[in-house]
Amino acid sequence: MTVSTIKSRPIYPGLSPDLNARRNIIVCDKAGAAAVAELFSRAGSAFAERATIILADSLSATETQTLSRDLAPAAVEIQPTLADGIARLRQLLETAPMGLRLYAAGSEPLIGLVVQAGLDFSIDHLSIRTEHRGSLKRRVQCVHCKTFIEDVTTNPVKCTGCGLTLLVRDHYSRRLAAFQGVCIDAEVPGEVPPTEALYL
Amino acid sequence: MSGNLLRRVRVAEVERVANRIKRFRLVDADNAPLSEFSGGSHISVVMHAGDRLLRNPYSLMGAPSDTSSYQISVLNVEDSRGGSKFMHENVSVGTELEIGQPLNLFPPAKLAKKHVLVAGGIGITPFMSMMNELDGLHSDFELHYGVRSLEDGAYCKYLQSRYGSRVNIYRQDQGQLIPLERILGDQRLGTHMYVCGPKPMIDWSLQTAKLLGWPDENVHSEQFSAPPPGKQFLVKLARSGREVIVRGHQSILEALEENGVDAPFLCRGGACGQCETQVVACDGFIEHNDHFLTEPERVSGKKIMICMSRIQTGSITLDL
Ligand code: FES
Repeated sequence: MTVSTIKSRPIYPGLSPDLNARRNIIVCDKAGAAAVAELFSRAGSAFAERATIILADSLSATETQTLSRDLAPAAVEIQPTLADGIARLRQLLETAPMGLRLYAAGSEPLIGLVVQAGLDFSIDHLSIRTEHRGSLKRRVQCVHCKTFIEDVTTNPVKCTGCGLTLLVRDHYSRRLAAFQGVCIDAEVPGEVPPTEALYL
Repeated sequence: MSGNLLRRVRVAEVERVANRIKRFRLVDADNAPLSEFSGGSHISVVMHAGDRLLRNPYSLMGAPSDTSSYQISVLNVEDSRGGSKFMHENVSVGTELEIGQPLNLFPPAKLAKKHVLVAGGIGITPFMSMMNELDGLHSDFELHYGVRSLEDGAYCKYLQSRYGSRVNIYRQDQGQLIPLERILGDQRLGTHMYVCGPKPMIDWSLQTAKLLGWPDENVHSEQFSAPPPGKQFLVKLARSGREVIVRGHQSILEALEENGVDAPFLCRGGACGQCETQVVACDGFIEHNDHFLTEPERVSGKKIMICMSRIQTGSITLDL
């Protein structure tokens, strides 16, 4: 896990089952699915039977088959994109009662968007069980034009909205589900450090 | 922050509100306005009961915005250390007392969509101001209040007339129990539960919530427990070199205060962590009576919560 001195940098302690939850909703991507399979092997089938998995990723036919098998006996719903997965999650939360436990496993943008959705339904972020797997890519908001830049793997990064070169900071907003991107060459325009692929 | 700032108040009204329960209305001794508080707050009341100096916490019950007076309710506990007995027998209209600043360790959760309040007996008191506040904010809440009988339960009538169907009263003398499993089993996402009452009731409520899959973050409790008594022992203060005797019915904190030693505290009930003190040396067995230290911290014997915990016999040296 990435270590940071910035307090708002989220930490993801890893998935653990709430064996008392009457319903479990688990959002994951391809990489996170491995963490979910491990969770199930630890928690047993009674736990998995109460789980709905939203697998939000683009999958090949074989991947779909293997993952559905790995994640049985839970009900697996496959959504082609993260945005679709989050939309589906919000739909499920709309009618959910207390006794529901939310989990997120996969990339940081995925976890962040699940936490953000939870917040909109008054779910305390500390009660969401999270595990970071796979890519280190980040979701970044340009503090200048407020555009969200998805799947950022480099630092600095060019803003897709205003074109400024942004330094990606560890400052994170749970409400926005994004890291902060700040103009890096405000003092001397054009004076930009080399771009590093920090978040592959 | 420390709860040490004291204010002199005068008792303006005393009313018997139920069996063994009296309500006290306190005004500033110089008729100055009191500070506002938030729903769920409590104050500590300083009592010079005979040769003892006691400080007991009591929930504030009135409207949080009412700065003209504070109201507390005191249950006369049979085997008490003398605090509630003192309030019942020695305090009347005109008595002057000292109180600490209002403190809130039991606030309603800001993000909650709904609040389920569970009270047992005198545990109704923090909910009086909480409901007042929630009602003013048009927040969704319901109260489930268990009483021995209508003569033993304080404010039953008042609550029912003010809050109507949001108040549910369960009478033990009629065999009625709070159907908590059913109540908690049917709540919308974003509901928070708050419980205040005797320890077994709190434990049962927390356990019921857990077994129904409620996250810890949605469950809140407050218990004002008096420090359990024991035998007399000696406290040595490493920094000042002073020695203080803690008598059987006192807490370390009370003994320090009686001897003019200032120690930090807030809740005085072993919950907030403010009074955590380092143990330099100890030749007795520490009885940890708090809800704050973790199991490894207890085992290490390096920390003690001086508002609640004591040692069986012998002496303890504290980093004070
Ligand atoms: S004063 Fe709060 S734990 Fe002791």
